[in-house]
Amino acid sequence: MYGFEALTFNIHGGYLEAIVRGHRATLLTASDYNNLCQCETLDDIKMHLSATEYGPYLQNEPSPLHTTTIVEKCTLKLVDEYKHMLCQATEPLSTFLEYITYGHMIDNVVLIVTGTLHERDVQELLEKCHPLGMFDSIASLAVAQNMSELYRLVLVDTPLAPYFSQCITSEDLDDMNIEIMRNTLYKAYLEDFYRFCQKLGGATAEIMSDLLSFEADRRAVNITINSIGTELTRDDRRKLYSNFGLLYPYGHEELAVCEDIDQVRGAMEKYPPYQSLFSKLSYGESQLLDKAFYEEEVKRLCLAFEQQFHYAVFFAYMRLREQEIRNLMWISECVAQNQKSRVSKDLLASSSKNGAN
Amino acid sequence: MDLFRSERMTLVQLIIPVESAYCAVSYLGEFGLLQFRDLNANKSPFQRTFANQVKRCGEMARKLQYFKDQILKSGITSFVSPTMQPDLEIEELEIQLTGLEHELDEINHNDEKLRMAYNELLEFKIVLQKASGFLLPSKRDTYAEIELGENVHSNGNYLQTASLLEEEVIPSTLEQSRLSSVSGIVCKSKRLMLERMLFRATRGNMLFNQSPADEVIVDPSTSEMVEKVVFVVLFSGEQTRTKILKVCEAFDANCYPVPEDVTTQRHIIREVLTRLSEMERTLDAGLHHRNQALISIAQCQAKWANMVRREMAIYKTLNMLNFDVTKKCLVGEGWCPTSSKAKIQEILQRATYDSKSQLGVILHEMEPTDSPPTYFRTNSFTKAFQEIVDAYGVAGYQEVNPTVYTIVTFPFLFAVMFGDWGHGICLLLGALALLALERKLKNQEVGSFMGMLFAGRYVLLLMAVFTIYCGLIYNEFFSIPFDFFGGSAYKCRDDSCSTAHTMGLFKYREPYAFGVDPRWRGSRSELPFLNSLKMKMSILLGVVQMNLGILLSYFNARFFGKQLDIRYQFLPQMIFLNSLFGYLSMLIVVKWCSGSQADLYHVMIYMFLSPTDDLGENQLFRGQKQLQIFLLLLALTAVPWMLFPKPFIKRKLRQESFQGCEYRRLGGSEVDDDMDNEPDPSNQRYGDFNFSEAFVHQMIHCIEFVLGAVSNTASYLRLWALSLAHSELSTVFYERILLLAWGYDNFIIRLGGLATFAFTTAFILLMMETLSAFLHALRLHWVEFQNKFYHGNGHKFRPFSFSSLTEEGGH
Repeated sequence: MYGFEALTFNIHGGYLEAIVRGHRATLLTASDYNNLCQCETLDDIKMHLSATEYGPYLQNEPSPLHTTTIVEKCTLKLVDEYKHMLCQATEPLSTFLEYITYGHMIDNVVLIVTGTLHERDVQELLEKCHPLGMFDSIASLAVAQNMSELYRLVLVDTPLAPYFSQCITSEDLDDMNIEIMRNTLYKAYLEDFYRFCQKLGGATAEIMSDLLSFEADRRAVNITINSIGTELTRDDRRKLYSNFGLLYPYGHEELAVCEDIDQVRGAMEKYPPYQSLFSKLSYGESQLLDKAFYEEEVKRLCLAFEQQFHYAVFFAYMRLREQEIRNLMWISECVAQNQKSRVSKDLLASSSKNGAN
Repeated sequence: MDLFRSERMTLVQLIIPVESAYCAVSYLGEFGLLQFRDLNANKSPFQRTFANQVKRCGEMARKLQYFKDQILKSGITSFVSPTMQPDLEIEELEIQLTGLEHELDEINHNDEKLRMAYNELLEFKIVLQKASGFLLPSKRDTYAEIELGENVHSNGNYLQTASLLEEEVIPSTLEQSRLSSVSGIVCKSKRLMLERMLFRATRGNMLFNQSPADEVIVDPSTSEMVEKVVFVVLFSGEQTRTKILKVCEAFDANCYPVPEDVTTQRHIIREVLTRLSEMERTLDAGLHHRNQALISIAQCQAKWANMVRREMAIYKTLNMLNFDVTKKCLVGEGWCPTSSKAKIQEILQRATYDSKSQLGVILHEMEPTDSPPTYFRTNSFTKAFQEIVDAYGVAGYQEVNPTVYTIVTFPFLFAVMFGDWGHGICLLLGALALLALERKLKNQEVGSFMGMLFAGRYVLLLMAVFTIYCGLIYNEFFSIPFDFFGGSAYKCRDDSCSTAHTMGLFKYREPYAFGVDPRWRGSRSELPFLNSLKMKMSILLGVVQMNLGILLSYFNARFFGKQLDIRYQFLPQMIFLNSLFGYLSMLIVVKWCSGSQADLYHVMIYMFLSPTDDLGENQLFRGQKQLQIFLLLLALTAVPWMLFPKPFIKRKLRQESFQGCEYRRLGGSEVDDDMDNEPDPSNQRYGDFNFSEAFVHQMIHCIEFVLGAVSNTASYLRLWALSLAHSELSTVFYERILLLAWGYDNFIIRLGGLATFAFTTAFILLMMETLSAFLHALRLHWVEFQNKFYHGNGHKFRPFSFSSLTEEGGH
């Protein structure tokens, strides 16, 4: 139905698109960040945020604030907005919205499993979980001893169950396995989400395929860099790459055999969109790569708002808000630890967002 | 004439020594007639001088809000406000609030801990009582075991095919295996999930018994009632136990040990019961203590909140002030009414004296750079009318204020549409009731609807009075005519014509003294007569009001010295409107006075189509044709008069002033330098002037007026339409409901008819019709009247005042 969304989209999606665009208009602006960077204490941050949409959520917090409280409350706001949208959504938008949270679900599962492996308290772990990725039986993850038990006991009820089919082994859980599990799950999730978006068709498919391809490529690069020097074989590494994206399939072949960061760079620079990204980095540097990727992602997310009548705006909004919360966390941490000189270092990503705002 | 033009304003600069700043600002807040300008607009809130104090006040406000929530939550409503309260300094209050919050927190914390312990005991008790039902009777116990055994056996049978060895093993393990149990309690909503999870975790080798708890348990964190279910899991094996316990933990299911021995169980139950009753007593005592603490807070809460609000406002205002170079003085700028400048000076002196400052506060006038705010001194009567006008747009500084006329015209136009003196009396009673309760309602929080009614009580009063007046003219009392002012002027020739139309009647005495003759009512020509009357009246009222609007534009132009507007806007507008619709009004009056049969539509239409034709039977007076041609010519000349001269003259004026500049520029190089540094304001303005834009603007105005003259006049016909609708509706209700019901000789039907009549009158006529007539009156004022002269581009005077602060807090 490409090109005809304008006729029918607003029947079900119009209200929510208006809502999400309204929410997006309340993202913090460059001047907000400017002011936040000049804060001396966390109370200053609270005071500044009280003039923004976060105001009602922080209003009744007693004065000695902690970074975690600020982040928690800000996340709570996002969760409330998400829940409101989910309540109002009809098919297929509601499924689309649910897909957005699966990533958090995977992270939460991994967090709990790793935590139990290191004998942490389950309640403590639960508090660290992202509220968007919560599901009913998440606490019972701690019972599981190996992959198949994990699947049989808990995950079979969750939407993650189909993604798990590739990594059921009866091996005991260890850090390496968990990391592989996370990436396998993520791969399956991204592929599924990608297929779902393609099925939706129209502008949603077009924009989401761009966003998800970027995500998949970024993960591929990250997997490659992180697995350099580990015992992960080339074939195993190759298996963790998602089967779509700009790098698929030839880029993946090259990435799979990379042995150091410069080889990765060589492989990536063949792709024009990533060339510019890598050209900003000096050779042998991987620290700033994350940031560069974030910046690029934010830029792409902002572009999603340029078109109307598609679902990618919801995805983009959630991601942007999460980035904003990360920024707030960074600022508050810097302020709390008296490292004001470092505040603006990591904020480039958000300011580019506000360029498009 | 207070209301006619807004108060003169002066921009003043205050130079206040730091030590007396707080005092001065608080006195000014008390006085409440100075609007501070924010001199630190480019600074974020926490970069300002008194950010810390504002923050502290915010913190105190938060604590007070917390107390308020706690008080509301605990449901304390009755407390006496003590007459004597020690006046606290703000610092003392801060300390006290911190102490109180700490105390309250501790009480709450203790309470929560106690409640948790209590809940645990309560759950234990419930579990003991319920679980014993599953565990105690040895008969059932063995039954369960047998069942389980059978389960295993069937498993064994299945395995038989696989291995013979295992079959031998099974009976021996069965004998050894001692069934163990875990009992606990879980939320009802999580029960199914738990059961499923347990089933999966133990691969089905367990027995899940459950029974709903009889009592609901209060969740201490949310203080909600939670329904819970007691469960007992039977299983075998130690490993399974750890698994089950882990799963239970994951589902927030609290597990309690239940002894299998009957006597120990009884013993434990008894012990738990005694401890429970002890706990209850402690909890009650804690609650009492907490309520006492809350009551003592509740007594002062309102006063403290007010104090903190004031404090916050003072510091926020101080934040708008600037430090001067020496850092010893604060510099503030603000608008105040010129008339109260002396008073402000006096207040500042008092502040200096009270704060024992060496230096006085300096107050001097400044040259205003932007347009001053608009301030009308209103009282409780004029306020509502001013609000009606402000809702459209706040008058520009010193612009003519339509409120003066609205006070009379608004209720009057309303009444023209609503005229019925029966309904008027109802409205009047309502308005009087509101006025009687004025003192009581003023200090009380009311709902938004009541609040709106109360705010408009004087509007309502005038509306009611005018409704009675118009109702008397229309001679309608719930649609029934009366003959107070002498009998009807008409009489029947014979008895048969009692319901007949006018033709059967003849006039036998002087016209009815006041209002519409009651004889019209019910006659066949009632509607044509009333329609023609009301239509003509609407036009007359409309033309008068529009003329008034144009006249007010003259006052505006004269006041601001705009000769151009008088000559090329006011005059042609006046001529255009009156040569067409003023003439129509005159024809109406002439027709009324002479009793002529002329068709006014015809006259008006042919005045345009063929002005030179003979009028024939539609001629009302001699020389009418010549007059019409003359008026038509006047109207036609008025249009270009309105359109062309103004922009051209403006352009000429600009060019002249620009040429003057040119000459001056050539004067010498020094002047030239000056010019570059500080561009001449007139020069600047010339740059802004764009002829085509001005011309298009003028064209739009002109077209708007010419078309508006026609459409606005037509728009006034809504007066007739609504009045018609109102009288017809009330007639229908009276005849079709009340009279119909009265026709039956049945008490119940009559009563029902009366009730229906009262209901429809109250809700449809008194409420909905009032609203619609109100809206139409509003529109006639906002659009038809005010667009003739009112710009409404001013901004309101918002003085720093404590009284407005409490008003905001009240809502």
